Amino acid sequence: MINRRQFLRTASGFGSFALADLLAADTNPLAPKKPHFPATAKSVIFLFMPGGPSQIDLFDPKPELRKWHGKPLPASATKDLKLAFIQPNANAVASPRQFARHGQSGAEVSDLLPHIAKQADDLCFVRALHTDAFNHDPGELMLMTGAMQFGRPSMGAWATYGLGSEAKDLPGFVVLSSGTGPSAGANNWSNGFLPSTHQGTPFRGSGESILYLSNPDGVTRQMQRERLDVIRRLNEKHLRETGDAEIEARIASYELAFRMQMAAPDLLDLSREPKHLLDSYGVNHEPTHQYGLHCLLARRMVERGVRFVLLSHGSWDDHNDLDKSLDKNCRITDQPAAALIADLKQRGLLDSTLVIFGGEFGRTPMTQQQRPDINYGRDHHPNCYSMWLAGGGIRAGVTVGKTDEFGLAGIEDRIHVNDLQATILHTLGFDHTRLTFPFSGRNFRLTDVAGEVASKLLRRPPV
Amino acid sequence: MRSPFRYAAFCLAGAGVLAAQLWSLKPIKRQEPPSVPGVSSPIDRFLRARLMREGLSPSPEASRTVRLRRLSFDLTGLPPTPAEVAAFLADEGPGAWERQVDRLLRSPHYGEKWGRYWLDLARYADSDGYRADRFRPHAWRYRQWVIDAMNRDLPFDQFTIDQLAGDLLPNPTADQRIATGFHRNTLTNREGGIDPEQFRIEQVIDRTNTTGTVWLGLTVGCAQCHDHKYDPISQRDYYRLFAFFNDADEDQMDAPMPGEMGPHLQARPAFDAKRQDLLVKSDVPRLQADWETQILEAATNPGKRLDWDHAFDDLRTDCEDGERILRTPAERRTRRQEKILTDYFVSNYSRVISQERKQQLKYDVLAKQLRELDATLPAISEAPILRALERNSRILLRGDYKQPGDAVQPGTLATLHPMNAAGARPNRLDLARWILSADNPLTSRVTVNRIWQEYFGQGFVRTSENFGRQGEQPTHPELLDWLATEFVNNGWSLKHLHKLIVMSAAYQQASMSRPELTARDPENKLLARQARIRLSAESIRDSALTASGLLAREVGGPSVRPLQPSAAGAKKWEESTGRERYRRGLYIQLSRTAPYPFFTNFDGPNGYGALCRRGRSNTPLQALNLLNDPVFVEAANALGVRVSSAPGGLAEQLDLAFLACLGRRPGDDERQWLTAYWKSQPEATAWAQTASVLMNLDEFITRE
Repeated sequence: MINRRQFLRTASGFGSFALADLLAADTNPLAPKKPHFPATAKSVIFLFMPGGPSQIDLFDPKPELRKWHGKPLPASATKDLKLAFIQPNANAVASPRQFARHGQSGAEVSDLLPHIAKQADDLCFVRALHTDAFNHDPGELMLMTGAMQFGRPSMGAWATYGLGSEAKDLPGFVVLSSGTGPSAGANNWSNGFLPSTHQGTPFRGSGESILYLSNPDGVTRQMQRERLDVIRRLNEKHLRETGDAEIEARIASYELAFRMQMAAPDLLDLSREPKHLLDSYGVNHEPTHQYGLHCLLARRMVERGVRFVLLSHGSWDDHNDLDKSLDKNCRITDQPAAALIADLKQRGLLDSTLVIFGGEFGRTPMTQQQRPDINYGRDHHPNCYSMWLAGGGIRAGVTVGKTDEFGLAGIEDRIHVNDLQATILHTLGFDHTRLTFPFSGRNFRLTDVAGEVASKLLRRPPV
Repeated sequence: MRSPFRYAAFCLAGAGVLAAQLWSLKPIKRQEPPSVPGVSSPIDRFLRARLMREGLSPSPEASRTVRLRRLSFDLTGLPPTPAEVAAFLADEGPGAWERQVDRLLRSPHYGEKWGRYWLDLARYADSDGYRADRFRPHAWRYRQWVIDAMNRDLPFDQFTIDQLAGDLLPNPTADQRIATGFHRNTLTNREGGIDPEQFRIEQVIDRTNTTGTVWLGLTVGCAQCHDHKYDPISQRDYYRLFAFFNDADEDQMDAPMPGEMGPHLQARPAFDAKRQDLLVKSDVPRLQADWETQILEAATNPGKRLDWDHAFDDLRTDCEDGERILRTPAERRTRRQEKILTDYFVSNYSRVISQERKQQLKYDVLAKQLRELDATLPAISEAPILRALERNSRILLRGDYKQPGDAVQPGTLATLHPMNAAGARPNRLDLARWILSADNPLTSRVTVNRIWQEYFGQGFVRTSENFGRQGEQPTHPELLDWLATEFVNNGWSLKHLHKLIVMSAAYQQASMSRPELTARDPENKLLARQARIRLSAESIRDSALTASGLLAREVGGPSVRPLQPSAAGAKKWEESTGRERYRRGLYIQLSRTAPYPFFTNFDGPNGYGALCRRGRSNTPLQALNLLNDPVFVEAANALGVRVSSAPGGLAEQLDLAFLACLGRRPGDDERQWLTAYWKSQPEATAWAQTASVLMNLDEFITRE
């Protein structure tokens, strides 16, 4: 800030507005910035599944559980478990799902995700992820902000803080949400203590996608321009009088707002997308319409240079009736998520776009009900769970990590969520220990005081 | 692989060594202000002497209109009305400025502005936070107490004692107990399956850290898991401080508003009799006793009977205070506790009985009858408070509540002055008195610094939340200390401090930059000029309502819910009607997970922790907000109507609009541009559009 002001004033005497135009990029805190080293991902789409999808029924088959179905697991395996609702001696329940191997990589995916299974060779399945929290709010914060306390900046905010945004006419960090929404709400896209420019902008599911994007009734675009012109003229005069570069930034904000009023409707206008593409996302079909629309919008945003799209659907918190409700969530998300991967790939965007699919934790091999056959559900499980990643420099067609025969703990290539964050920042070109912000007397970072890059996930591991 | 405790490897130098280095822990030294010819205000003498050493001169006095607008915002959070501007311009006698200062310090809006400042530190909100984010219908009683305390200039020492330990004073007044609501502003997690002890500890930690930040300006929270890396605070120190707040529990008190008590007492005997009759007829006393026994059994021996395990879990999360009431023997329960548990029992008994039994008992009908009966009893208001108890506190290894270490007694930071406790076991009252001790070098400095920050955009210590080694050094240590002693010597009067500051020439000088200042002091640390400061979220909204004449100026009362768009995550929001919609921003319900979008947009607080400095961001969403938000469209329309119906021609009307929005008349060029704009617009909307232009100016949302 100071440098910009100093430069403005010493170079021109204050208020020379012709120069101000040249400096528009400089006054924009979201102007693109260079990372620490060359990035493999330019944008991130986080397909966030809050509530905790059941990895045992989706990505990590545990045939051994059949032997223990309806019975407590061996005490030796469960003695150190600390769970939210159930006791460690709760009865195990085997997954009723069918798993098959898919693609050349032979990745195991359950029959609930037939479309994602078809993309298996483009995906990197992570099986031994773990986190510190066994409840939703702290778990979501742990995943999205790197720590369980409220008030930290989210991953998307760190991304635009570090890289700025390529989108001249749109916000750099956008949030789309369907279903009941994540329990920690806006904290998942908070700027925390970073400047508020970095906070995620929630596009709304219905009505105006950006708050106050439309002019008030009776105000045409021409009238809006005239209004902005006279505002600008008065602001410029005040800038000359006061020499305060904040006024210049204010003028730039108004101009971006005006451009957003134009660009956002264009972003949302799907009339030029071919029908087969809309169909592939499940747009205009139920139950995929809304999520499909969001996935398609995510692609259109990435095309326009948006840095980070947080696309949330949930909840996946299946404490009971898991069969039914897991099936429902999969029917909503499977096809659109797979279409997004295929579409990005077809457009050559997958190489520069990191896509992540997963929630704040997984679910237990044990059921919360006494009987495994009636309305069973599973409890929260922080010790091991699955996600998949794709694009943006992530290895394709591999499964990383192994869990024990019951799905209670990771036994090979365990990856903590802080490690995942370090890896995501790595794909964006950052050393996660050096992307910091001073606040309240210390330097904070996304990975708090932990995190190591999970090299096994990377196409080109760091040397 | 992961080494969360790698920083524990950082070894502390001896605490004494650190203390010796830290300026803020050294005793406050009052130096007499240097003498500067022709300058009388001590503040100005300190500042001017420094400027002279640097070869810089201060800025000239700002214009009267700029100064009045500045003072109005700074003392009341509201812009001056055109009439107030006219009165000040007409007052040519000596002492005109002081008359404005005194007028504004007496205004009831003073308590609103400075109350809101304190509420930021108090992490005030109207909801629990976390998933349920339940509404707190009585949280506003604490807010009200703060506003009143500011307006009657309650001395800051008493203000501190009341909030930290009002309940422990001999014969505390209702107000003093309501003041302990300060530490009821912590978040509450009601998520199913949580370990209540874990989140109780989280709350105690929040109370400890907040107290450290607000009164000591220290990041004591850093010592929660290990000795502080930078400041002389050991982990043992931390848990001694923690122990004061571990010796407290949440409570609720009847705090009737004037006029509530009489009708309530009158109606109660009949109400009690009817209620008892309904309960007995449905066999509630007997069945409830049995139900309680079963739940207590499940609580003691979990894992035996799943349905009762669940019943206990439900009680803990769904019933306010449920577990504590259950564990209190029936004969020791208060009337309110008894009612809470019985009401809960009637509504939830069906969860543990068979379908047949349920149909037989028909407790759903009974619940409805009880609710209807409740509605007949005139209610009395409540307030959230703290109450004292004793708990054995232990150091929590690595901050983990499951790893208790050595036992600790309540106590203060070893590096600071000793505490003189009144009894054998120090309590919060002792802590408050320790904080206010003349030997404490921090509290008065921290407080004065934050007040200064409000007037100049930044404190002497710019990291106003951190006076530790990771914080910044003061720009004017002598002036800071002088103000700190002046504050204490004048009975900790905030109004005295405010007046001292706003009477200074430094406060009244112009904020315009000058080339030599830009080169020499780009961050304006030396204060050779005032600062332009973007207004707070609340003040921006309040200004638009004031300029348009819509503002409802009533002071105090419960929170209101004006029109807002249904944003992502917004909870149920029953819109207020009538004048309530135009109340000042500080009365708008603050829901932690879904704050009022306008406030979020302009860096308003979210109530998650003590907020020592507001952000002042500058974003395109703010532009869309001011241009297109129905609240601002309505305000612009109202100002348009107000101006267009005023006497005089277009020029006079434009002048009035300018005065209402910016507290000054337009310059010739400004009048000319706006006239041209007004004429270019369709007649029907010309005034509304013109008003909107003024409300979108950078100057409109800035205190010059």
